[in-house]
Amino acid sequence: MKMKILGGAVAVAAIGAGIWAWTTLDTSRNAVADDTVRLADFTSTDAKAVKRGEYVMRAADCSACHTKGNGEFAGGYEMPTPFGTLVSSNITTDVDSGIGAMTERDFFDAVRHGQGSKGLLYPAMPYTAYAKLTDQDMHDLWAFMSTVEPVAHKIDETAGMPFPFNIRLAMLGWDMLFFQNKGFEATASDEVLKRGEYLVEGAGHCSACHTPRNALGAEIASQHLEGSRVGAWFAPEITGNAHLGLGASGADEVAAYLGTGTDGKAMATGPMAEAVEHSLQYLTEDDRLAMAAYLKSLPGSGATAPEPMTGLERGALAYEVNCSACHGTAGEGMGLLAPAFAGNHGILADDVTNLAHVMLKGARAAATDVTPTSAGMPSFAWKMDDRQIADVLDYIRNSWGNAAAPVRAEDIGALRGELDAGAPLR
Amino acid sequence: MARQEAKKDVVIVGLGWTGAIMGIELAQEGLEIVALERGHDQNTVPNFQYPNMIDELKYGVRLKMMQKPSQQTVTVRRNEGETALPYRSLGSFLPGNGVGGAGTHWNGLNWRPQAEEMRLRSYIAENWGEQIIPEDMTIGDYPVTYDELEPFFARFERVAGISGTAGNIKGELREGGNPFEGWRSEDYPMPAMPSTWDGVKFAEAAKAAGYHPFPSPGGIASRAYVNEYGMQMGPCNHCGFCERYGCFQYSKSSPQTAILDRLKQYPNFSYRTESEVLRVEMAADGKTATGVTYFDEKAGEEVFQPADIVILATYQLNNVHLMLLSGIGQPYDARTGEGVTGKNYGYQMNGGVTMFFKDEHFNPFIGTGANGFCIDDFGMNNIDYGAEGFIGGAYWRSGQTNGQPIRSMPLPSGTPTWGAGWKRAVGEWYGHAMSIGAHGSCMSYATNHLDLDPTYTDRHGRPLMRMTFNWNANDIRQTQFMKSKMEPLAQSMNPDLMQSSFKKEGAQYDVRPYQTTHNTGGHIMSATPDTGAVNRYSQAWDKHNVFALGAGNFVQNTQYNPTGLVGGLAYWTAHAIRTQYLSNPRPLV
Repeated sequence: MKMKILGGAVAVAAIGAGIWAWTTLDTSRNAVADDTVRLADFTSTDAKAVKRGEYVMRAADCSACHTKGNGEFAGGYEMPTPFGTLVSSNITTDVDSGIGAMTERDFFDAVRHGQGSKGLLYPAMPYTAYAKLTDQDMHDLWAFMSTVEPVAHKIDETAGMPFPFNIRLAMLGWDMLFFQNKGFEATASDEVLKRGEYLVEGAGHCSACHTPRNALGAEIASQHLEGSRVGAWFAPEITGNAHLGLGASGADEVAAYLGTGTDGKAMATGPMAEAVEHSLQYLTEDDRLAMAAYLKSLPGSGATAPEPMTGLERGALAYEVNCSACHGTAGEGMGLLAPAFAGNHGILADDVTNLAHVMLKGARAAATDVTPTSAGMPSFAWKMDDRQIADVLDYIRNSWGNAAAPVRAEDIGALRGELDAGAPLR
Repeated sequence: MARQEAKKDVVIVGLGWTGAIMGIELAQEGLEIVALERGHDQNTVPNFQYPNMIDELKYGVRLKMMQKPSQQTVTVRRNEGETALPYRSLGSFLPGNGVGGAGTHWNGLNWRPQAEEMRLRSYIAENWGEQIIPEDMTIGDYPVTYDELEPFFARFERVAGISGTAGNIKGELREGGNPFEGWRSEDYPMPAMPSTWDGVKFAEAAKAAGYHPFPSPGGIASRAYVNEYGMQMGPCNHCGFCERYGCFQYSKSSPQTAILDRLKQYPNFSYRTESEVLRVEMAADGKTATGVTYFDEKAGEEVFQPADIVILATYQLNNVHLMLLSGIGQPYDARTGEGVTGKNYGYQMNGGVTMFFKDEHFNPFIGTGANGFCIDDFGMNNIDYGAEGFIGGAYWRSGQTNGQPIRSMPLPSGTPTWGAGWKRAVGEWYGHAMSIGAHGSCMSYATNHLDLDPTYTDRHGRPLMRMTFNWNANDIRQTQFMKSKMEPLAQSMNPDLMQSSFKKEGAQYDVRPYQTTHNTGGHIMSATPDTGAVNRYSQAWDKHNVFALGAGNFVQNTQYNPTGLVGGLAYWTAHAIRTQYLSNPRPLV
C-alpha cells in the first residue's frame, strides 16, 4: 500500500509539472517505427540492415551488460549502484522472459526514452545517451535484434533494489530532472568530429562512466568526461586536457587504445578492458579515429601538472625490486604486454583507485583480436603494505617526467578493505 | 556402453606444442575440432603467476607439472634378459602433464637438426661407406629433407619467438653465429639473449682454442615480441625459473605464450581437460580410424568421440603407447627386426665438466633455461666417424640456468651430502662454480625399443608400455671423445678444482637420476611402410586418417634438443593436411 501511495504521489507531482512532464515522456518521434509486429514474429531478411544493426549493437555495447552466462543477450549482469543492485534484462526474442512481445515502436521507446515493457527503465540503461541514436540506426538495431535466438530466462531486474528505489515510476521524476529528450544535434561542423561526437555521446555512452554523477545519480554536465570514480575503479578524464586527459596523445594512439586496449603506453583493464573487448574493437578504425578526434577537441578540466614530488628513494627501491622486470627500469613498459609509466597520463589523476586496485588485486589486459594474450599483472597485496604501495605509486607518478599529487596510504587501506584484498604476510 | 559425443571433423589427442599447432592451423580451415587433454587446464594467469610459480620444492622437487606415474607410466628394462619394472618415481625423464604439456616446463633450448642428421645413413655411406655402421645400429634417412623442412623450421621459430644469432643465412656465413648450422632463410625473429659471465668466460676460452662460440638459441624472448597469431611475449628478466616451471613473465616460448589464447578464440575449436584417451577406434575395414575413446575424469566414465581425422599429439611415449594399444602399425619385434611401432627408441648421451673458481662470482640466481654460449665444433657434421671410431657428435654449452638452492648447488666431489661439512662447502663454493655440457647424439639400435608390457597394467586395465633401453658402446665412445676434448679446454680456464661426468665403457642405463626428457622414436617416419610407422607427412601408413606428431617421428635422435624439429615437422604436417589431405582424404604417399 505504501508503495502505491508513493507511486501515486510521484505521478501527481508529474502531472503537476504539466508541459515539462509531457516533454520528458514524449515519444512521438518514435512514430517512425512499426507498432504492429512483435519481435518474436519477425526475423529480418535484410542482411545488410542486420549487419549494420550488429555494428550499432557493438557500438552501443549491448552485449556487455545483457550477456552474463545465461545465453547471448539473456541478461543477468548485476550492476551495483549507490541505490541497490540492478540486474540487466533479457533482451532476446523470447516472448515471456525477453522482449519478443515488443513491437519496433516499443523497442524505440525503451532504448531511446527509457520506457520499457515493465515500466520506466533505470538510467543504468544509458537511454540518456541512446536518445541520440538516429532512426536509421534504430531500425537497423531492430533488424539485428530480430535475429537473436530466443532464450527463456526470467530476470527480476529490481529484486536487489530496496524500497523506494524499486519503484520504477520514481524514475519519472528523475527523467523530468535529468533526461534530455532530444535526438542528436552535433556541436561541431567538421564531419569527422560530428561522427566522433555521435559515437561518443550516443551509442558509445562514454559519459556513463567518465562523467561524475550528482547525489541523484545524474551526470554533472559541467564536468563532462572529466573523470569519475565507478565502483572500485576510476574512469579517468578523456578530454583534450594535456595533463590528465588525451591532449598529449595523438588521435592514432587513442584509436589504437580503443581498438586493442593499449597504445603501447597506457593499458585498459577492469571495465574499460570489457568495453574494448565487447564493443570498441569491433568498430572501424575511422570511427575510432573520429571518437579520438572528438574527445581531444573537448577542453576538459584545465588541470595542470603540479611540481613533481622528490625524496622518493623508498619507492624507487620497491619499484626496482617488484616492478621493473615488466615495466622497465625507466618505466618504458613491455611493448603491448605491460604498460609504460613514462609519459602515461592515465596514472596521474588525484584519484589513484585504478593503480591501487591493480596493486591489490592484480589485473588483466583486454583480450582482443589484435591482442589475444590478455596479459596479467599479479597482486602485491600479500607482499606490500599500504605505505609501501603508496610509496611505489608516488615513485611512478613522479618519475620520468611525470608529476602528480602524493598518494595517501589511508586510501590504499580503504580500497584494500573494500576489495577484501587481505593483509600482507608478516 | 560408452557415452558418445557429437562427431567432430578433427580430434586432437594432447594439447601441448603439436596439438596447439595442429589446432590453430586446422581451425583456420574452418574445421570443427576438439582437443582432449589428459591433465588439468593451465595458463600464465592464474597458474604460473608470480609469486606462486617461484616454488622450487613444489615444482622443482615434487614435480607438480609432470605426468603422475600413478596415472600413466612405462616399465623399464635395460635388455631382454631383465624383467621390466614400472617407472614409479620420475627420475631420468619428465613427461609433462596438463595443457601445454612438456612445452610448458621446458628450458627453451631450440635447435634445428643439421641437414646431415636428416640423411644420416646416406651421409655416412657417401663419406665412409655403410660398412662402418654397426650391424645392430638401425639408423636411416628421414624421408623428408632439411631443405624441404626449412620454411617450417623458420615458421615455428617465428611463432615460438626464438632468440639467437644466425650463422648461415642462405649459405652466407655470419660472424657470431654457428658456422656449422644448416642454412636459414632468415635471421632469428629476435636477437640473442645476453649471457651470464660463465657463458662469456667459456666463449672466450673456446675462441682462444680456435673454436667458434655463438649464443645459445632459445625460446626465451630477448625483447617484446608479437607473433603471427598476435600472441605477445615480454623480455625475460633472467629469474631462472624455466625448466620444471611455467613462465610467469610471458617470456618463455610455450603453447600458452605462442598459440593457445588465440586458438581459444576460434568458435570451431574446443578442448576438454582431464580427458585421457584410452585408444583409437577403427572402422570395420581397419583402414581408417572412427575416433577415440577417452576417460572423462570428472564424469568417471568412458566416452567415444567420433571424428574424421585423429591427430596423436601426446608426448612421444604416450603416442607410441596409444598406437600399440590401438593396432596402428605392426608392433616392432626386436628379435626378428620386423614390425614398425615401437622401433628406434632414442635418447641422448650427455656429459660435462664442472669447474670451481675461488675468485669468480657467477651469480647463479641470474639465468635462463637457454642461457650462455655454445660451440658446434664437435657436432655431427664435424666428426670424422671413420677415424674416430664412432658415429655421433655433440654441441657444447655453458650458461647457468638457475641458482635454486635445493637442486642447483654444485659442490666438489667428496663433499659430505649433509651436516657441517656440507654447510662449510656451500659457504665456500656457492656462486663459484660453472660447467660446460656436451649434449650428444644417441643412435638408434635394434635392441632399444618400446612394446607392451606382459605383466603390468594401468588403472584402466591397459598394459603399460615397456621400454627396453641401454647405453651402447658407440655412444659411449662419442661421449669419451667429448671428454678428451673438453677437459683440456676446461683446464685452459685455470679452475681451482675441476670434475668430469662422462659415461664410461660398460655404463648401464640408470632410470633414477634426471638426464633429459628427450625421448624419441617409436613411430618413426619412413619412406616405405615396412620400415616405419608413419610416412613423410606423419600419416600412419596403415590408417590414413591418423597422424602422429612429435619426437616419436625421429628416425634417430639428433645431437640437439628436439623441440625445433618437433615444431618444424608439426607445421610441415599441418601444411600437408591443409593442402593435400582435406580435399581428398587418402594415403598421401
